[in-house]
Amino acid sequence: MHSDFDLHLAADLDDALASLAPAAGEAGRPAAMALAGGTNLIVDLRGRRARPRRLVGIGRLEGLRWLRVDAGGIAMGARTTVTDLLESPALAAAAPALHGAARVFAGQMVRNAATVGGNIACGSPAADLVPPLMALDAEVVLEGPAGTRRVALADFYTGYKADVRAAGELITEIRCPPRPAGSANLFYKLARRQGDAITVVGVAVALEAAAGRCRAARIALGAVAPVPLRARAAEALLAGATLDAPAIARAAESAAAAASPIDDIRATAGYRREMVAVLTRRLLTRAWQAIG
Amino acid sequence: MSNERRITLEINGAAETTSVPAHRTLLEALRGLGHVDVKCGCEKGDCGACAVLLDGVAVDSCLTLAWQAEGHAITTLAGLGTPERMHPLQQAFADLGAAQCGYCTPGMIIAAESLLRRVPDPSEDEIRVALSGNLCRCTGYTKIFDAVAAAAAVMSGKGDAR
Ligand SMILES: Cc1cc2nc3c(=O)[nH]c(=O)nc-3n(C[C@H](O)[C@H](O)[C@H](O)COP(=O)(O)OP(=O)(O)OC[C@H]3O[C@@H](n4cnc5c(N)ncnc54)[C@H](O)[C@@H]3O)c2cc1C
Ligand code: FES
Ligand code: FES
Repeated sequence: MHSDFDLHLAADLDDALASLAPAAGEAGRPAAMALAGGTNLIVDLRGRRARPRRLVGIGRLEGLRWLRVDAGGIAMGARTTVTDLLESPALAAAAPALHGAARVFAGQMVRNAATVGGNIACGSPAADLVPPLMALDAEVVLEGPAGTRRVALADFYTGYKADVRAAGELITEIRCPPRPAGSANLFYKLARRQGDAITVVGVAVALEAAAGRCRAARIALGAVAPVPLRARAAEALLAGATLDAPAIARAAESAAAAASPIDDIRATAGYRREMVAVLTRRLLTRAWQAIG
Repeated sequence: MSNERRITLEINGAAETTSVPAHRTLLEALRGLGHVDVKCGCEKGDCGACAVLLDGVAVDSCLTLAWQAEGHAITTLAGLGTPERMHPLQQAFADLGAAQCGYCTPGMIIAAESLLRRVPDPSEDEIRVALSGNLCRCTGYTKIFDAVAAAAAVMSGKGDAR
């Protein structure tokens, strides 16, 4: 276990931001890292994949733990846990994609500790909350030494485990715009088991319809590229179209073409790509039927 | 770097003081203090053998740093009941043969207790989802799910543990 670090349990957001701010001359090895639920970071310290000089615990920042689902959309603090998502009936009704991802996430003890902010910041291509949040058009609120800014989650990742955050920046909030009447969203996690397994392919879709036509579609893919990503070309094929079986099949093939999966111990690249097409087709069909 | 500090942990209702470095996990600290009813399996969140209640909510103590647990009420299996005065979950696990080697049992019961505090009358599906972070290499799980359902019935006054 990496042991050469200081641990500061921040009392409030200002304390956390001050403790995370890079001090002069601390280049090289990552100076400070936020510690939220620890379900990624403690494992990474043990494997020495993370070797920070300082850990800043944000577990006492109760102001970052809240969830609001109302006419203004869906919004939450970065410390909202996966269990908090799972236990919200309002979220289950408004965002079955995100609620469904919470249901198939890890096991109870990890869900009780794991936070939404940590899932986004860990940068794993298989982070299960990210495709649903991308399909819900989420933006991330970042606070750091230079102030507050908002970034679309679809623009957040810049490469494998790399993102737009500057040193010392903390994710504080995640917000999704209101969903218009006539919309539906769904997520499916394909894994080796139903419980406590790493995602082989994750697909989230969100559709908005009016007068029998699709007004807007968002499709997000997990575990099939270096970063979770939107299948923009497939989305463009659906906008303005009537979603009959051929239109859905074309979009599903386009989504599969957007994937750049790898072979690993869980599945081959070819299987993953094929499953993107299958899952996208099924989810689009079900979402379209749900809108009616 | 001197990053060792004296901390006071509230374990099963009693305050205990220990001096630990920042990287010491709660699992290591608890076992170091003699609370060996908290089991060490994988040390990476996969098996649930190390589960404890933190303010009534189950977490993996191997993914928690000891310093982080200061100021929170920690409950281990022994804090739920004793051989003389067993908790209904402990009684049901014993009566229904839900433990074989017993290594997973403390974590299973802590995870089940965390569920029953929020959902007193869970469906079998809710029991399965709540225990999906606990591995058992002996029982095949069926008797564990039965024991949790039986304990839930006892605790909500709807039945006995057979
Ligand atoms: C057994 C097990 C099963 C798992 N199963 C799943 C699963 O099914 N699906 C899944 O997606 N993940 C899974 N995970 C991974 C992990 O639980 C999630 O990614 C979790 O959401 C991480 O959140 P955390 O609060 O624990 O983050 P931490 O471990 O505390 O932090 C992770 C990273 O995010 C950074 N960070 C945390 N919060 C913030 C913030 N607010 N602002 C900026 N940076 C921040 C940290 O510095 C660190 O780099 C599993 C992990 C384990 C151990
Ligand atoms: S020892 Fe903690 S989950 Fe396995
Ligand atoms: S009884 Fe042996 S691991 Fe569960």
